[in-house]
Amino acid sequence: MSSKTTIGGSSFLDNLGKIYMLYTGGFFGFVAILAVLEQMGVPNKWIGYGFVFLTIAVYALIGVLSRTQEVGEYYVAGRTVPSFYNGMATGADWMSGASFVGMAGTLMLLGYDGLAFVLGWTGGYVLVAVLIAPFLRKFGAFTVPDFFSERYGGHFARFLAVLVLISCSFTYVVAQIYATGLIASRFLDMDFTVAVYVGLVGILLCSMLGGMKAVTWTQVAQYIVLIVAYLLPVIILSAKKYGIPVPQLTYGQAIADITALEQSMVAKGLADAKTLKPHIKPFTTYDPLNFFALIFCLMVGTASLPHILMRYFTTPTIREARSSVAWSLFFIFLLYFTAPAYAAFSKLEVFTLIDKGTKLADLPAWMYTYGKIGLVKVCGVDVKAAQDVIAACGKIANHPGVLRWQDLNINTDTIVLSTPEIAGMPYVIAGLVAAGGLAAALSTADGLLLAISNALSHDIYYKMIDPDAPTSRRLIVSRIFLVLVAIAAAYTASTKPADILSMVAWAFSLAAAGIFPALVLGVWWKRANTPGAVLGMILGFATCAYYLVGTRYFAVSFHEMWSWLGTASPAATAKFAELKAAWVAAAPGAAKDAAWLALDKHAQTIASWWGVRNISAALFGLPVGFLTIFIVSLLTPAPSKAVQDMVDATRLPSGDLIMKDKAGMTQVH
Amino acid sequence: MKVNIERHWSRTSTLMWVMMILWAFFSFFIHMFVDTLNTIKILGFPLGYYMAAQGSLIAFVVMLFIFSWKQESIDREEGVAEE
Repeated sequence: MSSKTTIGGSSFLDNLGKIYMLYTGGFFGFVAILAVLEQMGVPNKWIGYGFVFLTIAVYALIGVLSRTQEVGEYYVAGRTVPSFYNGMATGADWMSGASFVGMAGTLMLLGYDGLAFVLGWTGGYVLVAVLIAPFLRKFGAFTVPDFFSERYGGHFARFLAVLVLISCSFTYVVAQIYATGLIASRFLDMDFTVAVYVGLVGILLCSMLGGMKAVTWTQVAQYIVLIVAYLLPVIILSAKKYGIPVPQLTYGQAIADITALEQSMVAKGLADAKTLKPHIKPFTTYDPLNFFALIFCLMVGTASLPHILMRYFTTPTIREARSSVAWSLFFIFLLYFTAPAYAAFSKLEVFTLIDKGTKLADLPAWMYTYGKIGLVKVCGVDVKAAQDVIAACGKIANHPGVLRWQDLNINTDTIVLSTPEIAGMPYVIAGLVAAGGLAAALSTADGLLLAISNALSHDIYYKMIDPDAPTSRRLIVSRIFLVLVAIAAAYTASTKPADILSMVAWAFSLAAAGIFPALVLGVWWKRANTPGAVLGMILGFATCAYYLVGTRYFAVSFHEMWSWLGTASPAATAKFAELKAAWVAAAPGAAKDAAWLALDKHAQTIASWWGVRNISAALFGLPVGFLTIFIVSLLTPAPSKAVQDMVDATRLPSGDLIMKDKAGMTQVH
Repeated sequence: MKVNIERHWSRTSTLMWVMMILWAFFSFFIHMFVDTLNTIKILGFPLGYYMAAQGSLIAFVVMLFIFSWKQESIDREEGVAEE
C-alpha cells in the first residue's frame, strides 16, 4: 500500500506542481554549479560524468521511491496521473534518442523532405485523441491486447495483438539502448558495451520496482531534462546571432541566407548543382508519392504503437485522457518545431565556412572533435589529421584544395551534439545536451520495455496461462519478464546489430498495419466481428511484413516476381539484367558472392510496388487490413448483442469501466 | 439532465469527421501546394516550407485543445459526461 507521502501518494499528487518546479529549479542549480566548477578548472570529463551519473541517479531514486505492490499501480499508475503530467510523460515516452540527437541532422541533410518526419511524428496524435485514446480509457484495459481480447472474443485476437506489439517494440527498444551506449561512449569515452549495461541498470531501476507508476514519474523528470537540454543551446545561439532568443522565429533569416549561399557556392564551384539539395525545395529526396506516404504511415503508426496508447490508460478520467493527448502533442511540438531551427543554423554555419573558401588545412576545431569519433568525414576520410584530409582530397581530380560541399560528410547525430561547441558555448552546455539525449533514450526505453513485459506477464501469463494467479505472483512474474526482456535487449544492442537498427523504421508500418484497422473499427464500427478482425490483422500485418522483408532481404526475387508493378527505369532494368547475367556467369566462390552482392544491392533500389519505399509499407498493409475486416465481417454473422452493447458502453463517457480486474483495481471516475 | 445517447453519438461522429477533414488538410492537402506557397515570404520563411516546419504543427496542437473542449461540451449537453 502506498502511504500518503510517498511518490504517487495523495500528498504527492496534490503537490505535483510544487515538486516538479522544485526539481526543475534544482536541475538549473545543478547546471549552474557544474558551470562554476568548469570555470574553476575541473576537467570536461568530470563535468560529463557529473551530468550523466547524477541525472541517472535522480531517475533511479524516483523509480525506487515509486515502488508498489498493487497491480493497478504497476500496470496503469493507479489511474491517477493528471493530464498535464501525463502529457509530459508521453512526450518523453515518445521522443527517442534518435529524435533528440538525429532529427535535426536529418533535416539539415534532407531540407524540406525531412519535414515528413516532423509532420508524421506529430499529426498522429490527432488520430490518437479523436479515434482511440478516450475509448481505450473507458474500456479500462491494462494493456492494448486487453482491448482486442474483450472486443474480438478471446485469446486468439489477444495473442495476435501481443505478436504485433512485440514485433514492433523490440527492435525499437534495442535502438534506444544502443543510443544510450552511443551517447555515453561518445561523451564519456566509456567503453560502448559498458555504457550499454550502465544504461540497462538505469532503465531497470526506473521501472522494475514501480512499473507504470515509476515510469510515469521518471518520464516527467526526464522530459524536463530533455526539453531544457534541447532548447537552451539553440536559444543562446539565436540570441547571440540575431539578438532575439526565439530560434523558431529567427531561423527564417537563416533560411534566406542559406538560399543565397547555395547559389553563391554553386557559382564558385564549391558545390555541385546536381547533388546540392536546395534547403527549401520540395521532393528532392522523396517523390511526392513517397513524401505523403511516409507522413501517412508515420502518423497511423504513432496512433498504433502500444507504448504510447497505454500512457492514456493512466489518467483519472476519460476527459483527462483526451486533454492529455493535447498536452502530449504540445510538449512534443516544443521539440519538433525547434529541430528545423537547429538544422538551419548548422547548415548556415557550414555553408558560410565553405563559401568563404576554407582551406583544407584550416578546418574548424569542431570538425576534428567529431571527426575523431567518425562523425565528420572530408573526401571520404575521418577528420583526424589535416595531412590525411589533404592527401585524400588530392586524389580527387581537379580538387581546388578548399573545402567543398560534396567533400563533406556529416553524420546526422553531429548537428545537435556539436551546436554548443560551434557556437562557442562552455562545455557544461555540451554536457547538458548529452544528459538530454540520455533522458530521451532512457525514457523511451522504459516505456517500450514496460509495454513488452506487460504484454508477456499480463496478457500471456496471467490472462492465458494462469488466470488464478494471486496479485503477489503476478507482480513477481511481471518483474521477471521485465528483467529478462531488458537483458535480452541490452545484449542485442551490445552486439551493434546493423540489421536490427535499420529495422526500427519498420516499427511504425508494422504497428499501423497490424493494430490500427481492428482497433479503430472495434470502436467505430459495431458490425466488425471476430473473424473479420482476426483475418484483417493477419493479412494486414503479413502484407506489410512481406513488403518490408521482400524488398529488403529478397530484393532480387521480389523484383523478378513484381517487376510489372515496379517503376524501374529502362536503364535500371537493363542494369538488373546485366548484373544477373554476370552473377549467373561468375565462377563459384568469391566472384559469385561479389556478383550476388552487386545484384542484390541494385535490386534493393528497384524492388517495389509503384515505387513506394520500404519504410512506407503500411500503405499496402492498411488497406488490406481494413478491406479484410469489412468484407469478412459482412460475410459472417454480426457480433453478439453483448458485444454490441459493450461497444455502445465504450462510446459513452459516463458509467463504469468495461473491464474489471479481479485483483481489485479501484475504479476512479 | 436529459440523456440522449443517440444524439451524443451522432454529434461525436460529426466532430470526428470534422477533425479528420482538418487533419487531412493540414497533413497532406496544404503541402501539395508547397511550390506556390514558397513564393510568399514571411519573416524570411517561404510559406510552403513554414507550413510543414511549423504551421501544420501549430494547427494540430490547437485542433486538439479545441477538440478536447468541444467533446467535453457535447458530453455535458447530452447528459453523458463523467460526474
